[in-house]
Amino acid sequence: MTAARTLLRSWLPPVVAAGVIFGGWEALLAIIRPDGFVLPPPSEIGGAVAQNWDAIVTATGVTGFIVITGLLAGVVVGAAFALLVTAFRAANETLTPLAVAINAVPIIALAPIFNAWFGILSPRSNQAVVVVLVFFPVFVNTARGLTQVEPSQIELMESYGARKWRIMREVRIPNAMPFFFTALKLATSLAVIAAIVAEYFGGRQDALGNLITNSAGLTRYDDAWAAVLAGSLVGIGLYALAVVIERLVMPWYFTARRSA
Amino acid sequence: MTGTGGAVDSHPLAVEIRGGSKIFNPGRHNEVKAVADIDLDIGQGDFVTLIGPSGCGKSTLLRLIAALIDTTEGTVLVNGKTADAARLDRDYSMVFQRAGLFDWRNVSRNIELPLELMGWKAADRRRRSAEMLELVKLGEFARHHPAELSGGMQQRVAIARAMSFHPKLLLMDEPFGALDEMTREHMQNELLRIWNETQITVVFVTHSIPEAVFLSTKVVVMSPRPGRIAAVVDNDLGERNEATRDDPAFFANVTTVRNALRGGERP
Repeated sequence: MTAARTLLRSWLPPVVAAGVIFGGWEALLAIIRPDGFVLPPPSEIGGAVAQNWDAIVTATGVTGFIVITGLLAGVVVGAAFALLVTAFRAANETLTPLAVAINAVPIIALAPIFNAWFGILSPRSNQAVVVVLVFFPVFVNTARGLTQVEPSQIELMESYGARKWRIMREVRIPNAMPFFFTALKLATSLAVIAAIVAEYFGGRQDALGNLITNSAGLTRYDDAWAAVLAGSLVGIGLYALAVVIERLVMPWYFTARRSA
Repeated sequence: MTGTGGAVDSHPLAVEIRGGSKIFNPGRHNEVKAVADIDLDIGQGDFVTLIGPSGCGKSTLLRLIAALIDTTEGTVLVNGKTADAARLDRDYSMVFQRAGLFDWRNVSRNIELPLELMGWKAADRRRRSAEMLELVKLGEFARHHPAELSGGMQQRVAIARAMSFHPKLLLMDEPFGALDEMTREHMQNELLRIWNETQITVVFVTHSIPEAVFLSTKVVVMSPRPGRIAAVVDNDLGERNEATRDDPAFFANVTTVRNALRGGERP
């Protein structure tokens, strides 16, 4: 009873909001009737999805694979950099400027260069863009969580004679988890953007990015929108997955928030 | 490591400081002479408070005893050993102004933390943690998370954690400083009860005169810049209870400590 009510309370508002937006969109276009290439109504986009179902499913799979693998690699590298930088002063002095320098590069601009490295039709270049783009927010946020520890908690561990790695395990890493998950949630949508924009420049021809540019080139804007919709769903799905993992990994964080 | 503690050496002095001084950032533009020329003896079973205005180095002095920082000059002995040897032997335990509980551990596992670091078996840890929760009268909160507890309860858990391995010395850095007055008096009573039950030596930093006089057997009054010991007030009020707070002898010692503090502040 109360569980059902809680479920209803959390799902009803977004469902209503989506209904209002798409309904309003459809109604508005029915009144002002712009040319199809400006903005097709949701019903036409839905029709385009149905019509190109196989191509969209394939493209979503291709792009989804690039997003997920690139995201995982970027998160692992970002978190590893954060650990090294926190643990070793020398790593901090060398890796942090390097990371900042990498972040200062307009990474999307590297896509054509990565194509030259990995081959114009290889998904490797798209993955590389995703990795580099995801890396920085994960690195910065995780490093902050590892270092922004209450000083008395470190003193406490030292008073018990605990050494650096034990303090890392018992204090710094748990303390960094909320920061890490904030970055991970941010990274899911970044990864989708990076993959699709990178696909504009090269990579497999049956990916979402190519579907969008090709459809737009042929003035099939409803097909382009259908591909954009598929990309959004990948992003929403990964975000939701990150939220679920976050709840499973640190239930204590949400207990704390409820009663605070 | 069984952690039964107690029975081993009974060095007459819990803490022995000779010519202790600490300079932070020596030789740099931000050099600070935090404490200077400290000579202090603390006997086993004493309850000593360190009191003084902000910046008088009382927290620094506590950290010198804990070997969390090194002395620039002088020696600090704890139970007859160097402070650092005492730290590695887990002769003492600390309690801070912020309870510093780990949000990701429940109350019981917070208390078990030092025992885990000492390699105790899970069953022994759990038994000791239950005992400690009884000591601080929080038995029914074992599985709660720290964020679900009030400030006073969190600080009691921090005391239980500090006492879990039966250290001989308890170092407390303004442990009740963040609590409201009612909770604070209650916690003072609880701490005295625990001190009576366990015969532990306590070094307690505070800037509250009544708190210092109510709790301790000896009040060490410090003056600032650099931190020095201005006076040591013997504070023999006998057995403390709620009536002690209205006792003329209590007020007399409050006045003595206050005067010592004023003398120390004079330029």
